[in-house]
Amino acid sequence: MIAGWALKLTAIAVLFFLITPIIAILPLSVNDSEFFTYPMRGFTWRWYSAVANSDKWQIAIKNSFIIGVPATLIATILGTLAAIGLQIADFRGKGFITALLLSPLIVPIVIVAVGLYFFFAPLGLTQTYIGLIFAHAALGAPFVVVTVSASLRSFDRNLSRAGASLGAPPYLVFRRIMLPLVRPGIISGALFAFATSFDEVVIVLLLGAPHQRTIPREMFSGLRDSFNPTIAAVATLLTLLAVILLLVAEWLRQRTARRN
Amino acid sequence: MTSERTQLKRDLRKAGGRRRLTAILLVLPLFLFLLFSFIIPIADMLRRSVVDNELATAWPNTTAMLQAWDHSSPPDEAMFRALGTDLRASAEVRTIATPARRLNYALENGRSLVMNTGRSLRALEGEPQSWRDTLLKEDPSWGDKKTWIALAQASGPLTDFYLLTALDLERDPEGTIVSRPPQQSLYLDVLLRTGTMSLSVTLLCLVLGFPLAYYVANAPEKTGNLLMILVLLPLWTSLLVRSAAWIVLLQDQGLVNAMLMAVGFSDRPVPLIYNRIGVLIAMVHVQLPFMVLPIIATMKAIPTAYMRAAISLGAHPAIAFVRVYLPQTFPGVAAGTLLVFIMSLGYYVTPALVGGANDQMLAYFIAYYTTSSANWGLAAALGVLLLGATAVLYFVYARLTNLGQVKLG
Repeated sequence: MIAGWALKLTAIAVLFFLITPIIAILPLSVNDSEFFTYPMRGFTWRWYSAVANSDKWQIAIKNSFIIGVPATLIATILGTLAAIGLQIADFRGKGFITALLLSPLIVPIVIVAVGLYFFFAPLGLTQTYIGLIFAHAALGAPFVVVTVSASLRSFDRNLSRAGASLGAPPYLVFRRIMLPLVRPGIISGALFAFATSFDEVVIVLLLGAPHQRTIPREMFSGLRDSFNPTIAAVATLLTLLAVILLLVAEWLRQRTARRN
Repeated sequence: MTSERTQLKRDLRKAGGRRRLTAILLVLPLFLFLLFSFIIPIADMLRRSVVDNELATAWPNTTAMLQAWDHSSPPDEAMFRALGTDLRASAEVRTIATPARRLNYALENGRSLVMNTGRSLRALEGEPQSWRDTLLKEDPSWGDKKTWIALAQASGPLTDFYLLTALDLERDPEGTIVSRPPQQSLYLDVLLRTGTMSLSVTLLCLVLGFPLAYYVANAPEKTGNLLMILVLLPLWTSLLVRSAAWIVLLQDQGLVNAMLMAVGFSDRPVPLIYNRIGVLIAMVHVQLPFMVLPIIATMKAIPTAYMRAAISLGAHPAIAFVRVYLPQTFPGVAAGTLLVFIMSLGYYVTPALVGGANDQMLAYFIAYYTTSSANWGLAAALGVLLLGATAVLYFVYARLTNLGQVKLG
C-alpha cells in the first residue's frame, strides 16, 4: 500500500517536472520587467506588441509558413501514396523499402543538414526556399507514412472490392471509399509533418540565408545573444499552437480508435 | 471445367500482378523524392570521409610521380621537377590554398611551407638548372623524407586519414597506425562524452519514466486520457521553447535557485545552467516522453490475470511484481531505452543552447567542421561514426519492435 502511494507520488512529481517548464515561461511574457525574475512586477501586453511590430519576427513568422506549408503538402501527398502502396500488395524488398522510407525519423538531423549542405551547393539549392522545403518535406514524410499506414490497417478491403464490383473505376473507389476512412490518418500525419518543419532549426542554420530565418532560427539566435521577454511572448504563442495541434491530433486518434 | 479453372487462375494472377505494379508505382514518388533530398546527400557526405583528391586536382604531375614512388628511396630530380612546376603553376592560378591546407593536416607547418615556397616560385622565370636545389634553397624541409611521406599519404585517391583522425589515430612514416600525440588528441574525448551523456540521459529517463508509465497505464480510462495528453504536450512543444524555459528556471536568479536557497540547501546560487547539469536536465526533459510512450503501450497490453494468479498462489505482492510483472514490461523498456539512447547521440540544439564549451557533443563538431573550419573530410568522418552507431542501434531496435507498429502519440 505504501509502495502504491510512493509510486503515485513519484509519478506525479515526474509529471510536474514535465509540465512545469512549459507553464513557467508563460507569465514572463506578460510581466512588466526587462528581466526574467520572479516575483511578477505587473501586467503588460508590451512584449506581444513588440513581437507584432518587429520586422524580424514578422519575417520569421512568414518564413516559417512559406517553408512549412509546402513541405507539409509534399510530405502528405507523397507519404499517403506510399502508405497506400505499401498496404495494397507485397513486393520484393518491401521491408527494406519501408525501413528506408522511415529512416528520416531516426537519422540525426545534423547528418541530414551536412549532407544537404554539400549536395545542394553545386545544384544552387543552398540558401533557397526550395532547398529548405525539400529538406523539411523529407523529414515530415515518414510521419505521414506511419499514421496513414495505421489507419489503413483497419481498412476493410471488402469495401473497395464492393465498390469495384459495382463498377466504380479505381480513382473513384479511392476518393469515395478509401479517402474518407483514412482521412484522420492523413490529417494527423500532416500535423506531425507541419510541427516537425515548424520546430526545425539545424537545417535552417546550415542551409538558410539570413533573410530566410524561421521562428525557431530566430529564437535560437535570441537565446544565445539577446534573451529578452519578447522571446517569452513568442514561446507562449508557440505553446498555444502546440496545445491546439495536440488536441486535434488526440481527437483524431481517439476517433480512429473508436472506429476500430 | 478445368479450362475454366485455369482461366480463373490466370485472371487472378494477372490481377495480382497489376496490384503489385500499382503498389510499386504508388511507393515510387516518395522513394525518388527521398533519394534526391535525403539518401543521396547522406551517401555523398559519407563518401567524403574517404575521398582524397584535393592534392591530385591541384598538383597532377606530383601525384602521378608519388603513385610510382616506393616511399623509401630518396626523391630524384624528376620528382622535384614535378613538384616545382606544379607548385609554381598552382601559385600562378591561385589554387595553391587547397593543397596547402591538405598538406597541413598531414604535416606540421605544411601550410606555411607550401604558401611561402609558392610565393617565391611565382617570381621565378624559366626552368632552373636543378629543381632540387631551388626547392631546398627555399626551404630545407623539402629535402626531408618526412615531407615526401606526408605528400605521398595526402596524394589520394582514397585515404583513411580522416577516419583515423576521428579516432585520434594516425599513420607514422612507416605506415603503421599509431595513437596521436595527446596535444593533437580531441575526438576520443568527444566520442566518450557523447556516449556518457547519452547513457546518463537514458538511465535518468528510465528511472523517472518507469513509475510514470506504470501510473498512466493503470489509471482509469478518463484519468488515463488526461495523463496521456500531459505526457504528449512536451512532445508537441517547440524544442526552443523548452530550452528557453530551462534557461529561465535554472539561471542564478531563477525559480529553482530561489527554492534551493529558501530551503537552506545553499546560501548562494548554484550554477545549474551553461554546464553539464543544465544539459542533462534539459535533455532528460526532452527525451522522457520517448521513454514513457513505448512502456505505456507495453504495460497496457499486459493481462492482469498473471499478477492475480501469482498473489493468489501466495506470492508477496512485491515478489509477484518483480518476478511476474516486470519481465513482461521488457519489450517496452528495451524499445524506450534504445530509442532515447539513439536520439541522444545526435543531439545538437539543446547542448548548444544550455551547455558550456565542454558540453558539446559529436553533432556540434560535425556542424562546426562543415561550416566554420571547412575541414569537410573530418566532418564526414565524424558523421560516419555517428551514423554508424545510429544504424547499428536502430537495427537492434527494429528487431525488438515490429517496425510497422510504430506508435505516434
